[in-house]
Amino acid sequence: MKKSQKKILRTILIEIGLIAISVIILLPIFLALTMSLKKPAEVFVYPPKIFPNSFYIQNYISAFNSINLGRLMLNSLIMSIIITLGKTVFGIFSGYAFSNFKFKGASLLFAALFITLFMPAEMIMIVPLFQIMQSFHWVNTYWALTIPFLASATTTFLMRQHFMTIPKELEDAAKIDGAGPMRFLFEILVPLSKSTIGGIAMINFVYAWNLYLWPLVVTNSNSMATAQIGLKMLTNVESTSNWGVIMAGTLMVLAPTLILFFAVQKLFVRGIITTGLKE
Amino acid sequence: MSKKIFPYLLLIPTFLIVVIFIYYPAFQTFKLSFYKMSPFGNRLFFTGFGNFWSLFTSGQYIQSAYTTLIFVVVTVVAGLTISLFLALLLNQKVPGIGIFRTLIFAPYAVSPAVAGTLWAFLLSPVAGYVSYLFLVLFKAQPQWLTTYPLALIAIMIATIWKNLGFNIIFFLAGLQSIPQSYYEAATIDGANASSRLIKITIPLLSPITFYLIVMNVTFTAFSAFATIDVMTQGGPANTTSTLIYKLYQDGFVNFNTGFASAESVILILIMAVFTYLYFKFGQKAVFYQ
Repeated sequence: MKKSQKKILRTILIEIGLIAISVIILLPIFLALTMSLKKPAEVFVYPPKIFPNSFYIQNYISAFNSINLGRLMLNSLIMSIIITLGKTVFGIFSGYAFSNFKFKGASLLFAALFITLFMPAEMIMIVPLFQIMQSFHWVNTYWALTIPFLASATTTFLMRQHFMTIPKELEDAAKIDGAGPMRFLFEILVPLSKSTIGGIAMINFVYAWNLYLWPLVVTNSNSMATAQIGLKMLTNVESTSNWGVIMAGTLMVLAPTLILFFAVQKLFVRGIITTGLKE
Repeated sequence: MSKKIFPYLLLIPTFLIVVIFIYYPAFQTFKLSFYKMSPFGNRLFFTGFGNFWSLFTSGQYIQSAYTTLIFVVVTVVAGLTISLFLALLLNQKVPGIGIFRTLIFAPYAVSPAVAGTLWAFLLSPVAGYVSYLFLVLFKAQPQWLTTYPLALIAIMIATIWKNLGFNIIFFLAGLQSIPQSYYEAATIDGANASSRLIKITIPLLSPITFYLIVMNVTFTAFSAFATIDVMTQGGPANTTSTLIYKLYQDGFVNFNTGFASAESVILILIMAVFTYLYFKFGQKAVFYQ
């Protein structure tokens, strides 16, 4: 009796702790939401009130008008979809090559790819990369925003790790049935790996949507920049004068990844875990 | 014959991208780091280690290396400690735990730039709630983003918050892989909660912690660029200018290609050592598990 009471009390305390932590962690996003609905006159009311008196949607319209946010978000979407597709498809190809084939130079090629695993080239080699874009005449185009990111060591590595967990007997059986290596990949390996591939694709989408330094450098017009760069533009345009508009813009830029995250949270967690646990 | 070349065909797209956009620029970086642009920007002069020499004797570069070190160490240590604590709390069988997990992971979806604007707002003097809370609690209202060392602390807070989701997911996965029987045996032997934490949980989490340290260090050193650019643009007086921020400024604001390339070479070398250490010690740690 006493033991069960103690257990209930413990559960209640833990629940309270969890609620408190969730609130604290989500508070910045929540406060951004209430600020984004305040009229300019309410923004600097002191002491600050959490809930707005109004439901001032105009801030969102202003954010879209003052920096062309709609176009910037469209650019981000195009960039992210192309990068995600490229990384996923090419990652499946190269991962498959390393996991299911023995060929000359395999370990050397694998090592050559491996060294680049922790090299954020688009950041630490940004000067020569930018010069390449100039010589290709790619500055301020979708080419510059997407092509350098179409394949990566990370995705290759993850796909390889995953394909290695799939029993070799399947491949032998497929061979006996006369299925070629391409058919085996698309009709057996890929369908069996759907959720892992999905998870990795989600991670790549968020990565692409959140890119910052590279789009900042390779785009120079407010029709080719991306949503993340829009936040900097918005802060400059609005200076410190109107947090309502800046927060409206911030939430718009955050919305796609946040909604995606909540919609397919299981896939995400799976993706994040596969990216890390390299057995 | 076609069977023999098949795996190479599969590798072509990935290697094309990696060679053109990682290997070739890496080679160019090393080359450019030994050259200096003429005053009119039309010719390159060989200067040997001249760029490196100028870097190491310039106070600004040393300062930005020092800023990076402090920023990375404090952010990673504080961030991982908080995340481990939250993960321990989330690793409970209580009703509704799934919802809490989803909510607490949410900052994973937040970009470094969004984290920057959110915290710039919360810390802003009049409209910001954190500023107001500070005034109520400590009777002080500091200018967070324009005073040293508060500006750096503000960026640390934004970065730690942004990384919480990612870190907690990993710690939780690690906690759940520890067999329950270890704890039961320890409890029978009379170990209390804190000694179970120190003697079982923390050692068994070490492979994951190691991985998280690597990811957090690279994230804090590089991706936090966006947070810095949105919140302080390296100021006040360069006190939030990290190595990557300085590289960006030298390359694209001051147009000093030789300088920027020398900085890139240093970062490439640091990352190469880092990768080597990761696979030397990280793999081992994972095998022990």
